[in-house]
Amino acid sequence: MKARAFSYFRAATIDHALDAHARAGDDARFIAGGQSLVPALSLRLQAPRLLIDITHIDELRGVRREGGHLRIGALTRHCEMLSEPLIAEFAPLLHAAAPFVAHPAIRNRGTLGGSVALADPASEFPAMILALDAEIEITGPSGRRRVKADDFFIDLFETALQPGELITAIYVPLFRADQRFAFDELARRRGDYALVGCGMLATFAGERIHDIRISYLSVGNTPTRVRGTEATLIGSRLDAERIAAAQAALEGDLAPPESDEVPPAMRLHLARVLLGRLLGRLGEGA
Amino acid sequence: MSGFDDSLLNEADETVRVRFVVNGRKVACEVAPRETLVDCLRDKLELTGTHAGCEMGACGACLVQLDGRAVHSCLIFAVQADGATIDTIEGLSELGAIADLQAEFHRRNALQCGFCTPGMLVNAHELLSQTAQPSREEIRDALSGNYCRCTGYEAIVDAIDAVASERMKAGGAGGGVT
Amino acid sequence: MTAPLTSLDRPNSYIGRSVPRPNAKRLLAGRGRYISDLRLPRMLYAAFLRSPHAHAKIVSINTEQVRAVEGVHLVATGTDLAKICTPWTGTLDHFKGMTSAPQLPLPLDRVVWAGQAVVAVVAESRAIAEDALELIEVDYEDLPVVVDLDAAREAGGALVNPGSVNNTCFRSQLDNGAVDDAFAHATHVVEEEFSFGRHTAVTLEPRAIVADYDPAAGMLTVHHGTQTPYQFQDLYSRHYNIPEARVRVIASDIGGSFGMKLHVYHEDMAVVGLSILLGRPVKYVADRIESFVSDIHARDHRVRARMALDAQGEILAMDVEDLTAIGAFSTYPRTSVVEGNQVIRLMGAPYRFKNYRATLEVIFQNKVQTSQYRAVGHPIACAVTERLVDMAAAKLGLDPFAIRAQNVIPDGAYPQTSPTGYRFEALSHQACLKRLHEMMDYDGLRAEQADLRKRGIYRGIGIAAFVEITNPSPAFYGVGGARISSQDGAILSLTPSGEVRCLISVTEQGQGTEAIISQIVADQLGLAQEHVKVITGDTEMTPHGGATWACRGAGIGGETALQATRALKRNILEIAALILQEQPSALDIIDGQVVDAATRNQRMPIAEIARIAYFRSDTLPPGTQAQLTVSHHFAPQGYPFAFTNGIQGCSLEVDVETGLIKLLKHFIVEDCGRVINPMLVDEQLRGGIVQGLGAALFEECRYSDTGQLVNGSLADYLVPMPMEMPDIVIGHVETPTADTELGAKGVGEAGTAAASACVLNAVNDALAPFAVTINSIPITPLKVLTALKRF
Repeated sequence: MKARAFSYFRAATIDHALDAHARAGDDARFIAGGQSLVPALSLRLQAPRLLIDITHIDELRGVRREGGHLRIGALTRHCEMLSEPLIAEFAPLLHAAAPFVAHPAIRNRGTLGGSVALADPASEFPAMILALDAEIEITGPSGRRRVKADDFFIDLFETALQPGELITAIYVPLFRADQRFAFDELARRRGDYALVGCGMLATFAGERIHDIRISYLSVGNTPTRVRGTEATLIGSRLDAERIAAAQAALEGDLAPPESDEVPPAMRLHLARVLLGRLLGRLGEGA
Repeated sequence: MSGFDDSLLNEADETVRVRFVVNGRKVACEVAPRETLVDCLRDKLELTGTHAGCEMGACGACLVQLDGRAVHSCLIFAVQADGATIDTIEGLSELGAIADLQAEFHRRNALQCGFCTPGMLVNAHELLSQTAQPSREEIRDALSGNYCRCTGYEAIVDAIDAVASERMKAGGAGGGVT
Repeated sequence: MTAPLTSLDRPNSYIGRSVPRPNAKRLLAGRGRYISDLRLPRMLYAAFLRSPHAHAKIVSINTEQVRAVEGVHLVATGTDLAKICTPWTGTLDHFKGMTSAPQLPLPLDRVVWAGQAVVAVVAESRAIAEDALELIEVDYEDLPVVVDLDAAREAGGALVNPGSVNNTCFRSQLDNGAVDDAFAHATHVVEEEFSFGRHTAVTLEPRAIVADYDPAAGMLTVHHGTQTPYQFQDLYSRHYNIPEARVRVIASDIGGSFGMKLHVYHEDMAVVGLSILLGRPVKYVADRIESFVSDIHARDHRVRARMALDAQGEILAMDVEDLTAIGAFSTYPRTSVVEGNQVIRLMGAPYRFKNYRATLEVIFQNKVQTSQYRAVGHPIACAVTERLVDMAAAKLGLDPFAIRAQNVIPDGAYPQTSPTGYRFEALSHQACLKRLHEMMDYDGLRAEQADLRKRGIYRGIGIAAFVEITNPSPAFYGVGGARISSQDGAILSLTPSGEVRCLISVTEQGQGTEAIISQIVADQLGLAQEHVKVITGDTEMTPHGGATWACRGAGIGGETALQATRALKRNILEIAALILQEQPSALDIIDGQVVDAATRNQRMPIAEIARIAYFRSDTLPPGTQAQLTVSHHFAPQGYPFAFTNGIQGCSLEVDVETGLIKLLKHFIVEDCGRVINPMLVDEQLRGGIVQGLGAALFEECRYSDTGQLVNGSLADYLVPMPMEMPDIVIGHVETPTADTELGAKGVGEAGTAAASACVLNAVNDALAPFAVTINSIPITPLKVLTALKRF
């Protein structure tokens, strides 16, 4: 279980990284935390000619407020989701999801940008940036752009990132006093990929939901927003009847994949159970 | 302009020279870019206390401290760690940094075959440096990525719990360590 | 008044004392010496190309491109190794009618499971060897695949071995008493079909071997991560035709074993051959993916069983049919039939009924072999029996403790012979039951359960009694024709400085063998434990013996050490008596000092005896030859096995919406006879229980329809991890065996034997209000939710 040979380049700037990628004829991979990429290389599932280390690029670091957003540098590590006060205050859903991401030593190394770029549908952060209506800042040979999370995740491990492009930051709208959030997941063991996971961010007008975004992980090929379900909740109080209606609506939003261990109907059931529990918490003012 | 030399692309698997501070000493060695840190530590530096159990970050046997934080040395290539400070079980032992943990593990027999033990100790060391008095639940959570087939975990949890209490007591007596 | 002295108050009384393991400090400092750490001069590394097909003909192998790769030293196929290695067959003589195809290190013309090694490459690094594997072309022609148990038994279906009549490896029947009559007259009959998933050992250190053949000396040295160095010395000698005395097997620190590392593996045999072909050391360490497809798997049983009871709840009879699938070969040299054999012989073992019938059918299929792994057969026999007992209790309106108390063989009624033919010397089910009831606060747990149920929280309480097989005599492998020793040997020396060195054939894999042997030696000689050095695991140093498996290390190895120490002590005291002009019987040894036996007055240090014997023998009376080294062997006699017993209990909570199960607490009361080191015994129990809990809830090797293992990684095969495992409360009852002076039996498998049965009963107890049952292990959320019809 040893990787195929490759060359290694440590980039000092974003431009250096992009240039190296182009010169390798795009037969290259950027590596940040590497917590998913290294095993993929060790298993020879991937074998690029060149590995471009972006972890020493200062521009990719740091968490700061920028207007109505929190700008989270792509190299922000998972453990910082737990320790960084700005994230706890302004992106508490990420803070709440972080303990569920693998194990402490993985969180010490894995990065937000890397997780979003990989877009594993079973990962917590891609699904949560979708719930947060975040924007992904992408830098590539043709410049810099921002893509809404809704437009970023395309299919299984397929995103709006083009070859040679790099995620440089994630912009998360600042959490507000009229908002509530909830996250939980069902997993057989702590840190495992979840059978189903869900995070939600709701804006309240009094006790009624003014707006809500609900995003699931481990239910399909991409992180999955459940728009039909969200719609049933707008303008409502979170009473038992409304929660049941939302649970019923999930069937229209989800089409879980075939799996021996978790058949589609079971995953849908678990998604409903989780939705009920999380909306219950939200109703209690979570 | 980028500092990138195209010839690099034709030299896959050519070794490169990397430098670390390992267990307090500066070392330099020649590694192929594809060589993981765990292989480098074990094969090049002969620090065989760090073990490879799964080579995919699922067992915790290969944990080392990289710039002060516990990481899987199987999930990082040695070239990525160029310039870093690395502390392994050997260094932590010789420094005495985990002597109380080791003594308590020994007293309670919180190990059997010992293959997971270095990773457990590195993780326990990290936990106690961050949380002075973790609950048993927090200890189990912190170790949730460290696999042990032999012990059933309870003695390990007991040992860490006991050391945390001892350190609190000692800290209290000495006027408070923060 | 002071409290009366116990045996533990004597100086040097280590038997029964929780002392830490002397060798553990090395491991804690990262100074273990595992085979995977070993590097020898001129050492090369092997890697194997593996079959992607579960069953296929090898049409051709093209290795042309590989030979040009820089750093590659050898490419070998089955044909190359067959020239120097004789084939092996995994059968035992006393399993009448058993068959298995001959095996070679690498196959000649056909692959029989996905993951089977086909071509070996030896190179200057593992990475280069893996590069080379990518350049080998093998042309396969698919053959029909036997995956499913039912398909394997279908007449006219696909065959694992094309020449054979069917896929049957072995059939066996037991029939005692009047089973049909008992069922005909029973008031109650409970019946169920059970299934037990395949799982595997997942030792944290994978299999590791360094073979080092020196052609100049004609000497093969194998550094091998194994439990059984002597067995492998014999096998390497015979299959590679090297005189036994020129084969040395060294088993240093081993990162977990659990029965998995005592079987012959194709890669390991190949590595020996590769080293012979190259005349250089060759190392092979399985990576985790290879471990999953090539280590033995275990279990994989489907059992149909019924139990007859009278109106009062007395068990009258059991009738059992065990079907088990073992892969494409039976493992060598212990076979893959032993597990099934122990399943049908351990059924109902705690109970006193006399009518028993069982059928065992062992089937070949295109998967990796199953074989002995911790608690061979026990978890299946225990789960089937204990679940039927619980079903009967429910039917009769009896409490699970009550029905067991009524039916276990009374503690005073031994010796007994089970209806399956096992002879029990002395067991303690009644005492264990009573103790567990108190220990788990059973009545309190039941009250809490009732209370929580009203609030929609479903807790379950499960108990499971068990009997464990330990200390096997030659009546098993020896009689079966396998060269697997049931005796052990020790060589004990008083060193010139008055310390004791003990070379012993039992081996250490972390359970504490070296610690307990040093405790026994120190205790019996009268010496501080730190002055005893125990050496294990090297066929060139330690005498031939069975080594450590089947829970025999303490019982047989310990007795060997005890008897050897007494012999050495006699020799020391003989010399002491000559020097002191006393009768040997008037002297004793305490804390390294020869003393007057009656007064305990110190006479002289044993170091002084050693000094005189080794350096001033001229001062001893003429004709005296001091014998300060003794060698001693011990083979168990009397009962063919030393059976142990116990009972486990657990409390858990089932989330009936998600099917997730939380283990709250586990309990065990266990009787392993004389306890040598309570702390180590408890650790064996805890570790064993957690292994059983993994089987109960998480572990299963899952295969696709085409015979591909679909979860062969540590991310996909779920082992028990710290967060999900409960704390475990332990109690002991001690019934020493009278077959030995030491009185110790084994304990390593007791935890695993009943943990999954306990969980199975507890889950069914939790689900009782829903009137659904689960009789399949592992108990996954899918099984729970399916039973509850939640989706």
